[in-house]
Amino acid sequence: MNIVVLVKQTFDTEAKIVLDGSGNIDPTGVNLVLDPYSEFAVEEGIRIKERLGGEVTILCVGPDSAQTAIRQAFAMGADKGYLIKDDQLAGGDSSVTAKILAAALGKIPHDIILAGFKSVDSGTAQLVPRVAELLKVPHVHVVTKIDIDGSKAVATKEIDDGFEIIEVALPAVFSAQQGLAEPRYPSMKGIMQAKKKPLETWTLDNVGVDAAAVSTGKTKVIQYTMPAERKGGRIIEGEVPDAIKELVQLTRNEAKVI
Amino acid sequence: MAGIWVFVDQKDSKLKKVIFEMLGEGKKMAQHLGEDLSAVILGKDIESLAGPLAENGADKVIILEDDKLAGYTSNVYASALTALIKEHQPTVVLFANSSIGLDLAPAVAQKLDTGMVADVTEILYGDQIVFKRPVYAGKAFAHVVFDDSARPIVATIRPKMFIAPEPEAGKSPQVVKAVTSEFGDLRQVIRDVVRKASGRVELTEADVVVSGGRGLKNAENFHVLENLADVLGAAVGGSRAAIDEGWLESQFQVGQTGKVVAPSLYIAAGISGAIQHVAGMGSSKCIVAINKDPEAPIFNMADYGIVADLFDVLPVMTEEFKKILAEG
Repeated sequence: MNIVVLVKQTFDTEAKIVLDGSGNIDPTGVNLVLDPYSEFAVEEGIRIKERLGGEVTILCVGPDSAQTAIRQAFAMGADKGYLIKDDQLAGGDSSVTAKILAAALGKIPHDIILAGFKSVDSGTAQLVPRVAELLKVPHVHVVTKIDIDGSKAVATKEIDDGFEIIEVALPAVFSAQQGLAEPRYPSMKGIMQAKKKPLETWTLDNVGVDAAAVSTGKTKVIQYTMPAERKGGRIIEGEVPDAIKELVQLTRNEAKVI
Repeated sequence: MAGIWVFVDQKDSKLKKVIFEMLGEGKKMAQHLGEDLSAVILGKDIESLAGPLAENGADKVIILEDDKLAGYTSNVYASALTALIKEHQPTVVLFANSSIGLDLAPAVAQKLDTGMVADVTEILYGDQIVFKRPVYAGKAFAHVVFDDSARPIVATIRPKMFIAPEPEAGKSPQVVKAVTSEFGDLRQVIRDVVRKASGRVELTEADVVVSGGRGLKNAENFHVLENLADVLGAAVGGSRAAIDEGWLESQFQVGQTGKVVAPSLYIAAGISGAIQHVAGMGSSKCIVAINKDPEAPIFNMADYGIVADLFDVLPVMTEEFKKILAEG
């Protein structure tokens, strides 16, 4: 089974977000990690390999720093990786990333493609359907279980009020929701081996994408703003039963939400 | 190229609240651009929905009925909707940020080679239409514009962020019956659909959410939250601690990994208020926190807090809410 996992590097979810002098998200001092949704996808890829054999390849579009995220996937058990450098893509959006990934997947054998259904940073949540569309293969978005049965797969997709059990032919793309596979902690042996696993860096030329054609996205972020500061901190004092009574009254008479 | 479209994702001919919210905002957008507002429904036996859609602001209701559309499958719906869009050339197509919207919108955007923004929480109207959406799960907001060449504009709209219109009772719909032969190839087979039996409102659509964290101590104790949720007609959620401990299934996690909710009232019981959790509920209108640790960070952002053991508070609070709701 050739398993390819699309991953992203992102900020640690405990990171506080601040804007720099020019109004962009300031990465200074932020701990960079393998995106939690990517991590679910990597774990599932490794589990499929452990059940059925094969190879797990990591594919990432990102800056040089993303090598650490790929190595983290290696430490968990992935076999090799490709980093497509994004330094020509300052104005790119998901439509651009999807085209690059689809082109790269044309050069990497794949039966199963996995990715997070969204990332915890930009959360654009559209990459997987876009990649599937470009490759003209089935996708199942937001999955919590995958069973492989020969040349087909049966996936459990989370929907608003429950689950759908969906059968698709391989190759297919699946996007991981929380609950798909709890990521393992890399073992010491895994961490040592990760350093030696092959990680190739590709340029857009390598994947056959014309840089000019993808230099700008369909959308662009013109500004970042911070959410309105909440003025919390009002503790209702007094005996507990009285405080509760007062609080319930406040939700109706002051906050007007009941 | 003209027109604002609201894609109506329906299940069993029932309309979610977010559809009306989209019609409300769609009207505003249509007026801003001097265009008209259409509701677009794909499915089978769906004509009865045209009335409510017209009463809630749709100038036109575009209906595509076909046996192939009886249940939602990605590529069939995406192919058919893409064909309709190519024929009618709307300027903007809005989807709900629901499981169908999140599946369909990017597939359609890719087929049309256009841009898409997901999870829009506010729309600003000027020379350009600016879509405001959370990044880092709401720790910041990105203001996104579309390139002039990227049409239609495709966006998914977060529930409970926009205002539904006042319905005009009895307004009769102008129905446009669409036809297409473009259904693509069927790439997936739905083998089974499992609906959750709980009967509770969905987390992201709920007006009231009651969440528990580490302070609940075990899965059995969630019944004290459930009792409160029953009285309030609320959805039940949990912090990452509650999910990691296995007290609640992962689809009920509220946070940066998990669901982002914005109810009118959010009650956090035994939740410390880690930044991960706050990202998922920080835009709730009113936040109530119950925690026995007076230093818990949740109190810094809660509108009202009680420092006490949640097991002392929740049963009494349930009774008090019951009383106040009985007053009408």
